Amino acid sequence: MSERLTTAQTTDDRYYGQFGGQFIPETLMTELQAVAKAYHRYRQDPDFLHDLHTLLHDYANRPSLLYYAERMTKDLGGAKIYLKREDLNHTGAHKINNVIGQALIAKRMGKTRLIAETGAGQHGVATATIAALFGMDCEVYMGKLDTDRQRLNVYRMELLGAKVHPVTTGSMVLKDAVNAALQAWTQRVDDTFYVMGSAVGPYPFPQMVHDFQSVISRESKAQLQAVEHHLPDMVVACVGGGSNAIGSFAQYIDDPSVQLIGCEAAGKGVNTGQTAATIEKGTPGIFHGMKSLFLQNDDGQIDQVYSISAGLDYPGVGPEHAQLAALKRATYVGITDEEAVQAFEYIAKTEGIIAAIESCHALAYVMKVAPTMRPDQTIICTLSGRGDKDVAAIARYRGTDLHD
Amino acid sequence: MHAIGGLIYMTNLKAVFDQQKVFMPFIVADDPDVETTVKSIVTLAENGADVVELGLPFSDPVADGPVIQAADLRAFKAGVKTATVFEIVEQVRTQTAVPIVLLTYVNLVYKYGYDAFCQRCQQLDISGLVIPDLPLEENAELKAIATKHHVALVPLIAPTSGKRITKIAAQATGFIYVVSAMGVTGQREQFSKQLATTIAQIRAVTTVPVAIGFGIHSPQQAHELGQLADGIIIGSAIVKLMAAQPVDLQAQLANYAQSIKQALS
Ligand SMILES: Cc1ncc(COP(=O)(O)O)c(C=O)c1O
Repeated sequence: MSERLTTAQTTDDRYYGQFGGQFIPETLMTELQAVAKAYHRYRQDPDFLHDLHTLLHDYANRPSLLYYAERMTKDLGGAKIYLKREDLNHTGAHKINNVIGQALIAKRMGKTRLIAETGAGQHGVATATIAALFGMDCEVYMGKLDTDRQRLNVYRMELLGAKVHPVTTGSMVLKDAVNAALQAWTQRVDDTFYVMGSAVGPYPFPQMVHDFQSVISRESKAQLQAVEHHLPDMVVACVGGGSNAIGSFAQYIDDPSVQLIGCEAAGKGVNTGQTAATIEKGTPGIFHGMKSLFLQNDDGQIDQVYSISAGLDYPGVGPEHAQLAALKRATYVGITDEEAVQAFEYIAKTEGIIAAIESCHALAYVMKVAPTMRPDQTIICTLSGRGDKDVAAIARYRGTDLHD
Repeated sequence: MHAIGGLIYMTNLKAVFDQQKVFMPFIVADDPDVETTVKSIVTLAENGADVVELGLPFSDPVADGPVIQAADLRAFKAGVKTATVFEIVEQVRTQTAVPIVLLTYVNLVYKYGYDAFCQRCQQLDISGLVIPDLPLEENAELKAIATKHHVALVPLIAPTSGKRITKIAAQATGFIYVVSAMGVTGQREQFSKQLATTIAQIRAVTTVPVAIGFGIHSPQQAHELGQLADGIIIGSAIVKLMAAQPVDLQAQLANYAQSIKQALS
């Protein structure tokens, strides 16, 4: 597992600077503390670590490749571009890294039932997959709008034996799915573990997700060292709640020469009001169990946000990212729908990779920045997932009515 | 603190609970409009409510069930803002000194500014704040500020609180809100079997009054739970009445309040 969090600068483990905490109803506090206790115990337990590594290796197909995107590098004409291929993991995204970790903790806590929220459906699919593997029950909460735009993943989850609840409250997207999953957890804690899908929520979730996703940067650091014999100059990842980004950044946070770039969904544009660019446009607030940055109005009512990407369509961000932004250790940029779709098409044609629309937000930034860098510099861009799930939606965006 | 007929008046919640078994109805501010809310508070106060709990809607009320969520939506449709709830209490204060506590989510208080929010409460004699997403571990900052303004930060205790009960109760001010069942707000027939034990554990460490809420709707339930605690809170049942928007809403509220008050006495 990774070392202590370097961004957790207070003595209070639950906070990253002023961000983090456990702002959650009393009904869940006892359970949350039990989860924290179990997590701290098992993250040092050799048996647990053995099971974790075995599953990551034998089941999830780790380590994931660090692929030199030669055609893209040549075409863009600047820095050398490496892609960290989380899309090649079993179930097709980074989400499985975290789910395996949390589900192993759930199992050791004696839980028999997993619940989860999902946006794009990748976290739901990963949770349903591991529930099937472990013989556990699984229920997934997903905004009604997302069940429509990610129908393929809904069917996948059902195929894996999970029950999918379309959430019809609020804006019917990821934020509302988190609300529904939290409510469901409140109703039934005894046998149920809430597998949080991103580096968000109350402590210990952000720390746990950081830990389980840091495998991305532990691998990439060693892999790049082996071929280039140095650190990357820049690491780029997309940010919804921030799990693949924090996993991609983790091992480089203490290397100040490595620029860390998080790409948020700007939707129709950072200043259009139809955006999900939380760090650029958000203000401090307290929601979903954490103090962090949120898109909200002057009263503190949470905004309904927008992005073409169901996985980035979230009005908040993990507390560690809020702190990395405050410390200026990482930089966060907005990428519009159009830029992401162009990157989706570009990487398909240039590298023969159909990447998730979420990941294409990171790629779009690489397309802008690589030409401004020198050929002796390197970028690692995390391809957080594969894009099969997005093909129909992108076709629709381009005006072709394709039914999946 | 506020002035009624030239008198400076400030509610002491404990004294209210000492005088009677407390009936505390809950309604949502601006559901469906300011005028109805003001009228309803006055009606409830005149017909047996000892304290009124007023909800300031939040966009994402994770502790609330469908009935209260629907009321929140009606309020949002009416354009409810944080300022609206204070405007409502201001109007109420020209007609009644009924003790009022606010229920809302922490983000709204945080955004308004803890100090500004509590100061406004103090000016309007709002005697307590119930904030479901602010557990003991996170309440120190707001609690210090609230105390300075003589506003009680009312803690919640859940059926799952276990070992936490003693810790929470020992630091409680105002009253303690005992959540009668798991899950979210809404009517129920079944209550947690450990209610009596929970309340005994609370009594062992504090004299701060105890009110039970979540799911109570009938006078019979009010009577039974009233035996256990110092007061009861009724939310969804009253909000449901409001939702139906009958022409004789005020008469229905009055009847209902009287029936509960009677069952408690
Ligand atoms: C492929 C992919 N990438 C990224 C994300 C965004 O999540 P996070 O910011 O937690 O990595 C998602 C979420 O659904 C996803 O499916």
